[in-house]
Amino acid sequence: MYARWVLTALLAWPLITGVVVLLLPARLAKYVALAASVIEFAISVPLWWTFVPDGGMQFIVDHAWIAAWGIHYTVGVDGISLFLVLLTTFLMPLSILGSWSYITKREGGFYALLLVLTTGMIGVFVSLDLFLFYVMWEVMLIPMYFIIGVWGGDNRLYAAIKFFIYTFFGSLLMLVAIIVLYVHAGRATGVYSFAYAHLLSNAKDLGPVAWWLFGAFFLAFAIKVPLFPLHTWLPDAHVEAPTAGSVILAGILLKMGTYGFLRFALPFFPAVALSQTVQLVIVILSLIGIIYGGLVAMVQPDFKKLIAYSSVAHLGFVMLGIWALTLQSVQGALLVMINHGISTGALFFLVGMIYERRHSRLIAAYGGIARVVPLFAAILTVVSLSSIALPGTNGFVGEFLVLLGSFRTYPIATTLATTGVIVAAAYLLTALQRVIYNPLTQHENEKLTDLTPREIAVLVPLLVGILWIGIYPKPLLRRMEPSARALIEQLKPGTVQAPPAGAGAGAGGGQQ
Amino acid sequence: MNLNPAIPRDLLLSLLPELVLTGWALVLLLFVAWRHRTVRDLRIAGWLTLLALVSTAIAIWWLWWNRAGVRGVVSMIAADDFRWVADWVFVGAATLTVLISFTYLEREELLAPEYHVLLLFGTLGMMLMAAGADLIVIFLALELMSVAVYVLGGFDRRRARSAEAALKYFLLGAFASGFLLYGIALVYGATGTTNLILIGAQLSSAVRPSAMLLAGLALLIVGFGFKIAAVPFHMWAPDVYDGAPTPITAFMATGVKAAAFAALFRVMYQAFAAVPAWHEIMWWLAVITMSGGNLFALGQRSVKRMLAYSSVAHAGYVLVAVTAGGVAGTSAFLVYIVAYTLMSLGAFAVLIAKGRAGESDVTIDDLSGLAARRPWLAFALAVCMLSLLGFPGTAGFIGKWYILIAATSAGQNTLAAILVLTSVVSAGYYLPVIMAMYMKPEPIEAAHVDVRLDRWARAAVAVVVVGLLLFGVWPNRLFDLARSAGDSVHAVGTTTAAP
Repeated sequence: MYARWVLTALLAWPLITGVVVLLLPARLAKYVALAASVIEFAISVPLWWTFVPDGGMQFIVDHAWIAAWGIHYTVGVDGISLFLVLLTTFLMPLSILGSWSYITKREGGFYALLLVLTTGMIGVFVSLDLFLFYVMWEVMLIPMYFIIGVWGGDNRLYAAIKFFIYTFFGSLLMLVAIIVLYVHAGRATGVYSFAYAHLLSNAKDLGPVAWWLFGAFFLAFAIKVPLFPLHTWLPDAHVEAPTAGSVILAGILLKMGTYGFLRFALPFFPAVALSQTVQLVIVILSLIGIIYGGLVAMVQPDFKKLIAYSSVAHLGFVMLGIWALTLQSVQGALLVMINHGISTGALFFLVGMIYERRHSRLIAAYGGIARVVPLFAAILTVVSLSSIALPGTNGFVGEFLVLLGSFRTYPIATTLATTGVIVAAAYLLTALQRVIYNPLTQHENEKLTDLTPREIAVLVPLLVGILWIGIYPKPLLRRMEPSARALIEQLKPGTVQAPPAGAGAGAGGGQQ
Repeated sequence: MNLNPAIPRDLLLSLLPELVLTGWALVLLLFVAWRHRTVRDLRIAGWLTLLALVSTAIAIWWLWWNRAGVRGVVSMIAADDFRWVADWVFVGAATLTVLISFTYLEREELLAPEYHVLLLFGTLGMMLMAAGADLIVIFLALELMSVAVYVLGGFDRRRARSAEAALKYFLLGAFASGFLLYGIALVYGATGTTNLILIGAQLSSAVRPSAMLLAGLALLIVGFGFKIAAVPFHMWAPDVYDGAPTPITAFMATGVKAAAFAALFRVMYQAFAAVPAWHEIMWWLAVITMSGGNLFALGQRSVKRMLAYSSVAHAGYVLVAVTAGGVAGTSAFLVYIVAYTLMSLGAFAVLIAKGRAGESDVTIDDLSGLAARRPWLAFALAVCMLSLLGFPGTAGFIGKWYILIAATSAGQNTLAAILVLTSVVSAGYYLPVIMAMYMKPEPIEAAHVDVRLDRWARAAVAVVVVGLLLFGVWPNRLFDLARSAGDSVHAVGTTTAAP
């Protein structure tokens, strides 16, 4: 029973409550929104237990929508999308709570947009119909555009339009590619349908067109990830967005790109995606992302920009892991996606909290605040260490698995990527030192107040996530494994080793 | 119900909507001959016009419901689903135009109820254009429509720009009509007939089209190109759209354009389907119209001019449907024109609320902070802008999606890619409108205090917004309608061409 309505409820609930929030008086907005997002999370939690790790799609709902074109409302989750859905529902209440005192104007609109955005994001992860997927992919663009443009920093208009046009550009070409696939599959089988499975099984015999189609999907997803050199929208958007916007951008929106590669670009066009040329290009771009992103982060005077560039580096790991296509690397990539959502989300929250007090994001404006705000300093340290991938934190498990798994496929590239971890330590530790240690030189910082209970409530769930995944990632890996295995089996038949008998945990089990 | 135009009763029946509208137009003409001085007269004329349009729509519905059609007979008048659907678009556009005209005419002191008479005659011309199965009928209908719209364009005769618009439109329009007529003459010379179906039958059996026919066809395309404002025949459009009273601009951008396209579809696919030469011309016309329209629009600061250029760009998108052709292309055109009529009229309606004295001086920045003062108006305009941009959830997206499907089905993948790339450019001018309304502060405290719509215009905007969102999410009925309409255009061509 639960299986039949849960995904529809997850999609409909935020949309309905979003409209309600918009119509209510502004002073009630945040309370209603928080309640709505907590309920949303509560609806999603049983997914964790009821999900059966068997590699297939589950919780499928299928209704005809626009029958004339074979468009259906089809949703479902597998081991790849499950955690992204849960990450979304997990981050939303925190984002709303984190915006509590940050957002002071037009509150109704802000929280309504956050809720509508939830629908869009979950929709992207659960759609099994390409029309629906495309609609969701675009729908989440508008709320984000408004969140950056209305509630963002000084340069918000530029950042908002840049974000919009970059994404829109990529996605429209993907739209054409989807339609070409649809027409191709329709011609081949006589059945015109946008169903994922239908298009997947008929995306062959495309000839050279496959290169163009892959290119279109690649562009849409690579902009979202973002891969170097398409990443230039990201620092602007992240820096200008309000805290909740940055958290969601980094935590979830970027994952749509990597998710798109896993779900669409790779399975649809394996011959193109795994050709020598494309492999080379992607691995090189990921490497540039990892190293260049880290190096650029190192010289940022603005803490938020530093985190933004660190995202480019983290997502480089994800791309490397996806393209290496071994069980460990794909699981690692999935895990890095989750970890990045938690750790970078937490970093953005922390920067937002200190910004609310001091109204500066510049690293140079701080220094020695550990004595003034000890709790803040302690949490920032833990979160930074998790972002650096210190063993015992979530970051380590993910990146280690990616590197371990990718080494078999790309030994040289993986060796180079390892330096990215060192660079990450360099920029984050330096920043940490300059912000919370060093002598306290600026008088404004002497009167900073430490974290309030509300802020602690935002951060504690994230800290729990960091430590839990760092110490005991097996429950996650166990649920991801069959889907990752199925994906690799489909793309490179016969390359995955048989699952170790009894131990469903697979490769990740022995990492702690 | 099969109609045989040789029988007078059937002929009258097949022209029922046009006759109803003509009757009303004459009644209205008589009315305004006596009553044309006060605001009250103007309002009564407006209500009579609405009544006329509603009864015409009912007549169209009655024929559609009874599946009236001229089948198997060569006739000057076509009666098929394509015509009924197109007629509804024209009547709908005219109705919305009347609704947004009420306060506009009073505010701009254009107290002449002849406005409504001309509007009805213009609509009549459009309906006959969609009905014409003969080049002569199409030409006469085009003239009927154009003459009414020439006058309407210069209706605000005290303003120089309005007069300029009318003169420009008249001169260039007459020129275009000349092209069209000469093209018809050459086609007649080459085939010996002006009937679309007979031309089609001749051409499908002819081995090679003669040079005279090709020249005639080229002239026809030029003539239609003027009316739909395709680049490079679009030169008149920005000035005319800019100078004309805003409701008329909306009417021109939607109804007139839709009528020209409807006739173009019929001419191209019923008469010239067998001539391959024009496909490539249309391809290029579509490409330069989309690119040109979008790039020119990017440079505009005035909202009205921006919408004028954007209407050129949208003509380019529809030209993609013309190029793609087939049932899919024709249905895509109908779906798109429904969406475009709604969104364009909605945008102009909101512009009327903001502007004064012809609206040509309302820049995008003048809309700053509108959302804070008039949230519903801003929301309506935002929906229209997103729909014009082709954003999912709106009818504009559904229309564009359909055109893309038609293009890729016809193997025109490059054209589809160019369409979406030029749409990206359009984000560069539609988004700043949203940005100004929502993300910039009001320039002065009372900037938008007197921005309001009367209840008629409000009803029009509400219809537009609901329609855009409804068709954006649930377009099933619209598709079925467009589909059968698309079928009807092509069925005629194939069945009668066979013997």
